[in-house]
This record gives sequence, C-alpha cells and structure tokens, in this order.
Amino acid sequence: MFSAIKRFWQVIRKPSVHYSLGFLTLGGFVAGIIFWGGFNTALEVTNTEEFCIGCHEMENTVYQELKTTIHYTNRSGVRATCPDCHVPHNWTSKVARKIQASKEVYGKIFGTISTPEKFEDKRLELASHEWARFKANDSLECRNCHSEESMDFTRQSVRASEQHEKFLVSGEKTCIDCHKGIAHKLPDLSLLKEGH
Amino acid sequence: MKLLKLLVASFIAVSVFGGASSFAADTISQMRNADILTQDAAPRIPKVVNSDERQVRNYPEQPPLIPHKIDGYQIDKRLNKCMTCHSRTAIEKSQAPMISITHFMNRDNQFLASVSPRRFFCTQCHVPQTEAKPLVENTFVDVDDVLEGKTDK
Repeated sequence: MFSAIKRFWQVIRKPSVHYSLGFLTLGGFVAGIIFWGGFNTALEVTNTEEFCIGCHEMENTVYQELKTTIHYTNRSGVRATCPDCHVPHNWTSKVARKIQASKEVYGKIFGTISTPEKFEDKRLELASHEWARFKANDSLECRNCHSEESMDFTRQSVRASEQHEKFLVSGEKTCIDCHKGIAHKLPDLSLLKEGH
Repeated sequence: MKLLKLLVASFIAVSVFGGASSFAADTISQMRNADILTQDAAPRIPKVVNSDERQVRNYPEQPPLIPHKIDGYQIDKRLNKCMTCHSRTAIEKSQAPMISITHFMNRDNQFLASVSPRRFFCTQCHVPQTEAKPLVENTFVDVDDVLEGKTDK
C-alpha cells in the first residue's frame, strides 16, 4: 500500500522520467480539452431555465411572475429565459457571477427563502442586489437585446420616445432606473427609503 | 281536493312551458346573432388607445381616462406603479399630471400628507380605452348640450 503511494508520488513528481515527452504533451493536450469542455458544458447546464426552476424557490415565485410578462410570451415569440437577464454573457463576468451564486447554494441548503413568506421578507433585499448589479454594468443584460443604436424612437409611442430621448440618450439614466419590475413583482419600495 | 291539485299543477305546467315556447318563438334582440347553443369565436382583443393625449371628460366628476397602456402595471399593497409618474414628487421629471388633491382626502374631507388608502387603487375609477367598436349605439348627451337645450330629453 505504502509502496503504491510512493510510486505514484514519484511519477507525479518527475513524470518525464517515466513517460515520453510526446505522451505527456499529447496526453496533457487531450486531457485539457476534455476538462475544459466538461467544465464549460457543466457551466452551461447551470445556465438554463430548467436548471433555475429546478428548485421550488424559483419555480413557485419569480418564475410564475415572469410568465405573465412580455418577456415570456409576446407577438414575435422571442423569450428571455432566466440567465438571459440574470447571468452576464461574457465569460469572466459569468464565472464571477457563478462564484457569487455559491451564496445561493447556501440559501438553498439552509432554506433562506423556502416558503413564500420567507421569500417576501427577502424580496426587497434580493431585488436590490439585482438592481445594483444592473446599475453598475449600465443595464448590460437589457442591452444585449435592446440596443440603443437599433432603437427606432419614431416607432415608439410619444411618451416612450420622449422619455428615452430625455433620459436614455443623455445617459442620465440606465434601463433599470425606470424599467424595474418588468419581469417580476416589485417589493414595497417605500421600505427602501426608510433605509432597510 | 285531488282534482283541484291536478288542475293547479296542469295550469302551472301550461303557463310555464307554454310561456317558454312562445318566448322562444319571439325574436328577441341580441348582440350576437346566433342560436343560444352555437359557440362562436371570441372577438379579437381590441388595441388599447396609447395616444398619450388627454381625453375630454363627459361630465365634471368623471375620473380622467388613462390615455396610455397600463399592461403589467403593479397596483397592490406593496407598490403602486402609476405613482412612479403621477405622484406629487415624480411629476417634475415625468411631466405627467399629478393625482388630484382629492386623492389625499379621507372620508371626512381631511387632507392627508399622502394618498388616502381609499383612493389608492387607481383602476377602480381610472381606465384606459380601447379601439373597440361599440356594440350598441351610445346616446349619451354632453352636459353642455343639455344646458343649451340641444336635446329633446
């Protein structure tokens, strides 16, 4: 037993003594592809609507609310699923968000929002986190689909085009400043002013 | 006695069923011109007027109409979406009309500092309009026309 561990250690310490350089290079290359591919595949699995609503916390609350909105069904049949808005699309930000999500795993294990009542108590806090994230990245996840350049103000209602010209073009506000609560129910915002 | 009961029963039967059959024979005016058992297709949902132009009030106490879409606007105990533009503090930015001072009054006509709970639910009185064709002719006469005697009513 001990000799087996010792031999394993010797191979790991100086692999080139035991295996050819070609084998190590090619083997490392193939193993790299498999691990990298596997990692990204696993990452993509966690980036699907099915995965998100696999937990009742998401399925029974926010998902049901999303179903009534234009981001779920609309005239042109384009649907925004959970990760489209809640996970950044570029790789580094995505991985950073996934690391942050370990807090959500903790929440799942300890049942932080396991009942509708607990969820309602946390709604303001959780929503505030998302608003802060959107505000910090200039509503990037909105703009992945709704770009300012391809927005034809003449096709919008008078009210919408005026507001967009005034606040969006000037850069005074970003999407989330006005478009809160478009996919999920809003919490009591008066609590926010009271500094909760 | 038995005979009397029978007579009464037959009288009721004749009056009810006989009446029903004569009722069915009558042509009654109906909005959907179809037999009662026919299931006709639901009419298309009409478009909501989204002109953003204020509409005339048909009488002074009429709650103003909403000249824009309010799809998905949340009005519940947590939040009132309408107030993001129509509240006292929001109108400078939004340039929307402020909710009238009557919304701050309680039932004793006392002005409160903010919207009175009994006036919180906007869509109880204020409604958007659709481009639907009226099913029946509207014979409403504006009060000004009534004052000027332009009506025979």
